Amino acid sequence: MKLTTPQFLSRVGFSAFAAILGALFALPLIWFIFAPFNARAEMGLALPDPFTFSNFETVFGNSLAIHALLNSLIEGVGAVIVVGIAATLAAYALSRSSIPGKGAVTYILLLFSSVVSGSAAMVPIFLIVSALGLIDTQVAVILVFAGGLLPTAMFILRDFIDGIPKSYEESAMVAGASPVQAFFDVALPVIRPGIVVVVVWAFVNVWGGFLIPFILLRSSEQMPASVAIYSFYSEAGTPIVTLLAAYSLIYSLPVIALYLFVSWRFGFRFFGGIKA
Amino acid sequence: MASVEFRSVTKSFGSFTAVDHVDLSIGDGEFVCLLGPSGCGKTTSLRMIAGLETPSSGQILIGGDDVTGLHPKDRQISMVFQDYALYPHMNIADNIAYPLKVRGESQEKRHARAQEVAGVLKIGDLLSRLPSQISGGQQQRTSLARALVYPSRVYLFDEPLSNLDAKLRLEARGFLNHLQRDMGMTAIYVTHDQAEAMALATRIAVMDRGRIVQYAPPIEIYRRPATTFVANFVGNPPMNLVPVTARAEGDSVRLSADGVTLAPLPLSAGLKAALAAGPTLTLGVRPEHLSVTEEADNSIGGKLFANENMGPESLVTMERPDASRVTARIFTDDHVEVGETVRFGFAPEHVTLFDGAGTRIPRDGEAGL
Ligand SMILES: Nc1ncnc2c1ncn2[C@@H]1O[C@H](COP(=O)(O)OP(=O)(O)O)[C@@H](O)[C@H]1O
Ligand SMILES: [Mg+2]
Repeated sequence: MKLTTPQFLSRVGFSAFAAILGALFALPLIWFIFAPFNARAEMGLALPDPFTFSNFETVFGNSLAIHALLNSLIEGVGAVIVVGIAATLAAYALSRSSIPGKGAVTYILLLFSSVVSGSAAMVPIFLIVSALGLIDTQVAVILVFAGGLLPTAMFILRDFIDGIPKSYEESAMVAGASPVQAFFDVALPVIRPGIVVVVVWAFVNVWGGFLIPFILLRSSEQMPASVAIYSFYSEAGTPIVTLLAAYSLIYSLPVIALYLFVSWRFGFRFFGGIKA
Repeated sequence: MASVEFRSVTKSFGSFTAVDHVDLSIGDGEFVCLLGPSGCGKTTSLRMIAGLETPSSGQILIGGDDVTGLHPKDRQISMVFQDYALYPHMNIADNIAYPLKVRGESQEKRHARAQEVAGVLKIGDLLSRLPSQISGGQQQRTSLARALVYPSRVYLFDEPLSNLDAKLRLEARGFLNHLQRDMGMTAIYVTHDQAEAMALATRIAVMDRGRIVQYAPPIEIYRRPATTFVANFVGNPPMNLVPVTARAEGDSVRLSADGVTLAPLPLSAGLKAALAAGPTLTLGVRPEHLSVTEEADNSIGGKLFANENMGPESLVTMERPDASRVTARIFTDDHVEVGETVRFGFAPEHVTLFDGAGTRIPRDGEAGL
């Protein structure tokens, strides 16, 4: 097909625009990969010369930074356990029972979840948590994260369970299993891929969450990694870029590993109604 | 084994009545087929026996005990699901043995029993595979094995053969027939395939819109369909139904319709009662009772519309003057051409008459309905 001149020019223009846009997004990623290995890293882009691990040595020497990673892990695992168990049980009940209005329940919860974990609710959340005497504890962070993630997790899982035939549990019950036995022997193993997806999604959310721990935690020993990054400033208030770069890379590795694991083991797909 | 009884069982979903005041009594050791078109309430009836659905009203008895409110696990029954419902994460042996596991049997006992049942069903060499690694026919037999692995009072089947291809279906049907005779099992078998019901059942319950319209042995259903609905559902192809106008002439009745000639019939008590309600009746003749004829008496005339050769037999369909169709099953040697004017003849004793409401008119000397 022959293009007219204006068509040709508009194609060239569009391609150039797309290339610039792509480069803009790629630049931070390039920095993210190169800067950790550069002893003289700055905000600008530069090839590491010499290539060095000295930034990582500094990070591992910083006990606060390492402790923060551990805190992130505690928060992530804690929230994932709460969300995983609660969402599975709730989604199973919502999917399998014949309560009227169960659809409305899920949608209303979903609507409120964005409020609960959103910045608008931070003041009341802070007040509730301090009234409970849980300020500066990981329990508070875990509960608030779990509360915010639960409705969406329930929604995704309910959709997944809706797609699984009831006849699995029914055949188990006819064969003599109690509803609880049918759930653990038959339903749970079939639902497991859905639970894994939800759990990974929740973990990534907690791992990267900043506002909730920033507000609910006071002491620097309690800070998770997302907040600790903020502490890598010199006395003068300028960021210590070398440290920051190495730490960012370490901080993002678990998330990358998790995604790779899930896509290798289960494949990343969204089930049923929610299509990403 | 045990008997099963429905006592005025109704099941409604909201304002929709799926099963409507059903009374049904299934004897110990009987093989009863619930036969009817899709959506008539067969599965719902079966699920109420299993306890997976609770009747809106009425009672269900198994072995004389009222089980209406009993949990499925406490009913001592087996069920084969239409989609087989094999557990995808368990291998075939564990699938078959699952009912024994919930009964707390030991691992060795479970495996020995699974091996035994699988051997009978010729899936003994598949025991370590997963359900996704075996064929549809093998999955069907696995689900059957799981139903047979433990002692059960009643066996329920929900269209267990509908996902198989024709050849496997015939094979599985023969096997079920043999099994039922061997074990003397009480079985309730849901199907929409009349041939399957005919082949397997000791009695067939024909259902239409949540009600049982006829409950009788297969041969009775075939010979004396209670209504035009049953007549139209059973048989391959089903009974031909032709609307006729009846006129009483002294002691006999003359039936007439376009292209139909019929010798006067004696005015039976049943006919008299039917005529009191109106002169319009329905005449039914099975395709296998029709043959191509030259004679005008007791025949239906029309133009040949289609001729389907099925080997030794052919299905020939004529179009009557009112555009309705009549099919005959004839020997392929009886040569007829599409487009020809033909007559299909029948013997008067093969005629079934239905009244204006579609209910069969009993013959003299036959117990009335
Ligand atoms: N859980 C349910 N909720 C609402 N309607 C249902 C439910 N189960 C069955 N029905 C309706 O009841 C009717 C009978 O269903 P079913 O017993 O499955 O029919 P069959 O097995 O004869 O095809 C159908 O019209 C179906 O839509
Ligand atoms: Mg059905």
